[in-house]
Amino acid sequence: MTMPYYVAPEQVMKDRAEYAQKGIARGRALVAVAYADGILIVAENPSRTLHKVSEIYDRVAFAGVGKYNEFDQLRVAGIRHADTKGFAYSRDDVDARSLANLYAQYLGQVFTHEMKPLEVEILVAELSATGDHRLYHIAYDGTVVDEENWTVLGGEAEAIASRLEQAYDSAATLTGAVRSCVACLAGPDRTLGVDDLEVGVLEKSAGRRAFRRIERAELSGLVGG
Amino acid sequence: MGLYLFPPADDPGPDFVELLRRAHPGGNPAVSATPLAGVRQATTIAALRYTEGVVVAGDRRATEGPAIAHRSIEKVFPADRFSAVAIAGAAGPAIEMVRLFQVQLEHYEKVEGAALTLEGKANQLSQLVRDHLQMAMQGLGVVPLFAGWDTIRRTGRIFTYDLTGGRYEETDFHATGSGGRVAETAIKLGFREGLSRTEAVELAVQSLYEAADEDSATGGPDLVRGIYPIIATVDSTGFTRLEDAEVAERFAAILARRGQTPAGGDSR
Repeated sequence: MTMPYYVAPEQVMKDRAEYAQKGIARGRALVAVAYADGILIVAENPSRTLHKVSEIYDRVAFAGVGKYNEFDQLRVAGIRHADTKGFAYSRDDVDARSLANLYAQYLGQVFTHEMKPLEVEILVAELSATGDHRLYHIAYDGTVVDEENWTVLGGEAEAIASRLEQAYDSAATLTGAVRSCVACLAGPDRTLGVDDLEVGVLEKSAGRRAFRRIERAELSGLVGG
Repeated sequence: MGLYLFPPADDPGPDFVELLRRAHPGGNPAVSATPLAGVRQATTIAALRYTEGVVVAGDRRATEGPAIAHRSIEKVFPADRFSAVAIAGAAGPAIEMVRLFQVQLEHYEKVEGAALTLEGKANQLSQLVRDHLQMAMQGLGVVPLFAGWDTIRRTGRIFTYDLTGGRYEETDFHATGSGGRVAETAIKLGFREGLSRTEAVELAVQSLYEAADEDSATGGPDLVRGIYPIIATVDSTGFTRLEDAEVAERFAAILARRGQTPAGGDSR
């Protein structure tokens, strides 16, 4: 006679959360901060072509950590949502909040109903037309946090966050913000070079499309060699 | 508007038009059996190549039968950073086609992380015109003109279309719409290899002036209301629309010249 197979729901959720956390912790982290002229996102990413930080819409950017194929699928879905919404209504009707909610619902649904949760943490950042910033940090289980001025995603997030809390300056220039973000990502025992970084900004001074990737040449000037 | 996720075998990829089809299947509009009346028509557009790029120009008049339906309609648009699209034909569907084309190019660029080549963009527009064939057969034809800077070949290129989506590359210049023949002749007479940007803009302004002079559906410079044709250039720095003041100056120069020596056959 076989024993009936039973696992307590608490245990199932705990196991899934642990599984997702482990996957995310293996990946490298990223930080996003609001600075004087917009929003800066700095990711530790040795690849030149597989991006963690990208453009979603005119004033909305996306960043993800964890499993690349999973957050990239979410990135594309975000672009699709934004482009269809902007096409059906108007470009000004596209905002980060509704996209963050959609992501949260999807991640939450996968977390509770599917065998395997998504091993990702994502960020939806928006620089509104009036220059206000919004940072929505969405966890693997669909939890959304509306962050005030800065946020950290990925492995060792707590250690990086404690450093960033000390270093954060809302009035920093782009150079200052990049340097402090890189220092916080690296920590006291490492240094991160230009080749280990991927940087994107949403700039207040930009035209319709506020997102800009900071390429290698400009970045090496900013981090100071 | 949900979060569009597809299984890998069924994914529309970077194609926005295909995405819309998946999201809203069966959305073909009803087509009337007789040609529609009261449809606004966009009229004359022109493009020509110069050494460092292309000039695209369009007048501002929309007509509805013999009446002027709109005095400041825009027929020249940036398609993306390095290309421009101008429209002639049924104004409503044409503007909608431009909107879709713009999103299609930007959507591709964002999803793929790299922009399409100029040739790729021209082919995309061809598909949009072809998709519109059924409407064209109801008399709602749209004839776009596509021009841009080819970042690979480092040259300006011009593409024209017919109602079936046929795509033809022009070597130097083209004009279409109701005043298109006049505008094209004007360009033909002034065109030579190695035009500068200033000379090319001058020639585009001239061509629209001549078209407005001969064709009632083409609007000339409206000095009373301060409405001037749209002139844009696309070169290695991207799409630039000329300021109205600059265009006004060019027209003023033509008017001054014409005031002194009326063109042949002019009975003023």
